[in-house]
Amino acid sequence: MSLSTHDPADSPAMSSVEAGTLPAAPERAIATRQRPGLIELLRRRKILIVPMLILAAFVVVGLTAPYLAPLSPTETALGMKLTPPAWLTDGVNARPLGTDQLGRDIASRIIHGARVSLMTALAGILLSGAVGTALGLLAGYYGAWVDALIMRGADMTLAVHIYILAIVLAVVWGPGLGNVLLVTMFLLWSRYARQARAEVLSLKEREFVVAARALGASATRIMARHLLPNILASLIVLSTLQVGFVIVLEATLSFLGAGVPPPNPSWGVMVADGRALIASAWWVSTFPGLAILLVVLSVNLVGDAIRDQLDPRLRRL
Amino acid sequence: MRRYLLSRITQAIVTLWLLTLVAFVMARLTGNPLDVLLDARSTEEDRVAMAQVLGLDRPIATQYAIYLRDVVHGDFGNSFKTRRSALSTVMERLPWTLELGTASFLVSLLIAVPIGVVTAVKRDTAIDVAGKVLALLGQSLPTFWLGLMLILLFAVTLEWLPAGGTGSLAHFVLPSITLGWFTVAGIMRLVRSAMLDTLGEEFVVTARAKGLAEPGVVWKHALRNAVIPPLTYAGVVFVALLAGAVVTETVFAWPGVGQLVIESITFRDFPVIQIIFLLFGVMYISMNLVVDLLYAWADPRIRLTEGGRRRR
Repeated sequence: MSLSTHDPADSPAMSSVEAGTLPAAPERAIATRQRPGLIELLRRRKILIVPMLILAAFVVVGLTAPYLAPLSPTETALGMKLTPPAWLTDGVNARPLGTDQLGRDIASRIIHGARVSLMTALAGILLSGAVGTALGLLAGYYGAWVDALIMRGADMTLAVHIYILAIVLAVVWGPGLGNVLLVTMFLLWSRYARQARAEVLSLKEREFVVAARALGASATRIMARHLLPNILASLIVLSTLQVGFVIVLEATLSFLGAGVPPPNPSWGVMVADGRALIASAWWVSTFPGLAILLVVLSVNLVGDAIRDQLDPRLRRL
Repeated sequence: MRRYLLSRITQAIVTLWLLTLVAFVMARLTGNPLDVLLDARSTEEDRVAMAQVLGLDRPIATQYAIYLRDVVHGDFGNSFKTRRSALSTVMERLPWTLELGTASFLVSLLIAVPIGVVTAVKRDTAIDVAGKVLALLGQSLPTFWLGLMLILLFAVTLEWLPAGGTGSLAHFVLPSITLGWFTVAGIMRLVRSAMLDTLGEEFVVTARAKGLAEPGVVWKHALRNAVIPPLTYAGVVFVALLAGAVVTETVFAWPGVGQLVIESITFRDFPVIQIIFLLFGVMYISMNLVVDLLYAWADPRIRLTEGGRRRR
């Protein structure tokens, strides 16, 4: 076999575990290799079916919210305000989880809120994953001052009081999803950068990278075609562990008034709506919070299990 | 050791410098200070004069240099709202947040350490799984909602505890549980993994061989050694708790720095916000520095190998 055809993706030896990295699967093999893993995971820990079903429901509800929700999430009906849930006296079946202080249907708002959470989680993780991975590749591949600058930047983000940053941005530009994504990116890129950098450091001295460099491949090509495919699997695992974090962050910022602005149905905004009513109309805050809890707990349970499955070294932690 | 010490301190200073850059950009983003300091009756001459006094007519790089000089001298200006020293405004509120943070930290340890120990001893049993879920629950509960639910249960329904404010020891209970639960998962994981390591050590085997009762072996011999890694991490957890207090203080009307953040942003009181922003940054960076140096002091491998920075 000549060196020019020695593509790392073809060699099973390249997907070994080294220096604390997760088993790296080449890009095109991920779909086929992850699926048996997931089924195997379910067979070993049957209880995981519950959080997985909750997550599936969350995604479906988020995608189809406008068709699924019986009522408008923003239309007010003051005559119906603070109707209790259907099973209490004074509750009506058309408003299963009751209404808020403007008479809006809480169930419909939670269904639309799933869309906000789902979109924030997807966009936030894709954006910070892309930025963080790119910077981590650069830091790991070039080393020296590029590495120093990027990693000190990563350290700095941890020292930033994130709520202050978020609220100041909201004051300056007005609250909105853009701010939430910016803050998410500011917080999360360093996690991807650290992981990508650590793996690149161990990969870049390997034969296939040295060979590519000897053949005259450009730095960009080496990073994009040889290094990135090999670290992608572990970055996907890292992402599953961030989903819950992003959903809670969006809800918290929205609760503080620095995220999605009312009357949009963000779960955080809904909990904030009911804050002053906690003594008289408990359902306004309780149900949206339960939705956050269910989704985030499920995603954390599944993410934890996937991490354990793929990295036996972490199973004890 | 000296070389390691120097390199870590340099790193901390660079990080701190980057932080002031963020603080400066943030302050400039929030708009022209002249709009806040001068009222509608001021003339164009007033504005030019004021800009000169504040150095706002100079190039942006010079403005940053002036800003940095003032910060290094501890000169943060006066609060726009109270016209008093911004620094003392923050310092007056800090004790409240420190008290709440300490109480929360204790709650967190009281929950996390026993669970960490028990889940390690009863590894791979139902108790292990239950402990894990309890800790994950803390990470999944949004703080603001947990606070409201605790108010609903213990203040509104049962009427056992106050719903907010300060005044007695009872006022601490709900806020510190709310704030403390979030860090339980992290501490628990550390204790559990340290316990698993320690339980396999020879001195534990020896203690058992001597015929010591199992609780004595676990809670005295093993725990005493397993508690070191979580404790070194404590400083960083504590700063994270203080920063997280913004949400808890909002829910429980707690008069600490977190509330001050919200009030100051509402009033656009930027000198005060900047101090809090930098204060938390300095606390975080110095806690990390102390932890790293303690590790290096305890473990020669870190200080002797190049680039031996502790990675979390």
